[in-house]
Amino acid sequence: MPSIRMKAAASGDTTEVQALVQHPMDSGFVKDASGNLIPPHHIETLVFQHNGKTVFTALWGPAVSKDPYLKFSFKGAAKGDALTATWIDNLGKTDTATAKIA
Amino acid sequence: MSFESTASLEATRRTALRLLAGLGLYGISMPAFADAVPGWPADAFKAKTADEALVALYGKKFEMSDKVSIDGPDIAENGGVVPISVDTKLPNVTSISILVAENPNALASSYKLGEGANPAVGCRLKMAKTTKVIAVVESDGKLYAASRDVKVTLGGCGG
Repeated sequence: MPSIRMKAAASGDTTEVQALVQHPMDSGFVKDASGNLIPPHHIETLVFQHNGKTVFTALWGPAVSKDPYLKFSFKGAAKGDALTATWIDNLGKTDTATAKIA
Repeated sequence: MSFESTASLEATRRTALRLLAGLGLYGISMPAFADAVPGWPADAFKAKTADEALVALYGKKFEMSDKVSIDGPDIAENGGVVPISVDTKLPNVTSISILVAENPNALASSYKLGEGANPAVGCRLKMAKTTKVIAVVESDGKLYAASRDVKVTLGGCGG
């Protein structure tokens, strides 16, 4: 099951992007039910690319909420273009998804 | 009966979590994993205070500016999920960073804007307690900041 849900909609020259990523974003400060510290496990970077160019990069620490949400916008894309999002976390896990700009 | 099976499932889940936790710690002891992503500013994210984080991230001073606006709730009932958005009218913005002053590590997130990106971002952050939230915008190579206070009723860092 893909971890990234992304919506990208163009209006004129501006494309509005909303992304929701499924990820625990464990901070490393929280203990589990048996009192053991849950080690940090969080996304470090989330990169958005359009036409091979990086339009937006999120650098995240463990203070970003669980199942992170991100909203941004950029110019220069057209309806039908592909927008790719890729994240990588502190354990080296990664996922990528592509959305068609509506 | 159903309670027992739930309990044993719970035990299995805990064992699995412990195993995962072990793997996680193993990973962290390896430098290749600790700073897995090139370009992720580990020093800035590990800094305790907002000032230290900004020095590690940008290495320069900032000035407060009314051209940076930061939006969020005045009172957050759940510190685990606090919506924050930053917006600016400043030109040639290359990055936006958001810091939560009272968190164990102040830097929460930093955004690099590529060509064509509009200078605005929205996200959701965890806040340990009532805190000042600081937005820093890099425009024409200079840093401009704004801050707002968020009263947190229930902390979001499990402390």
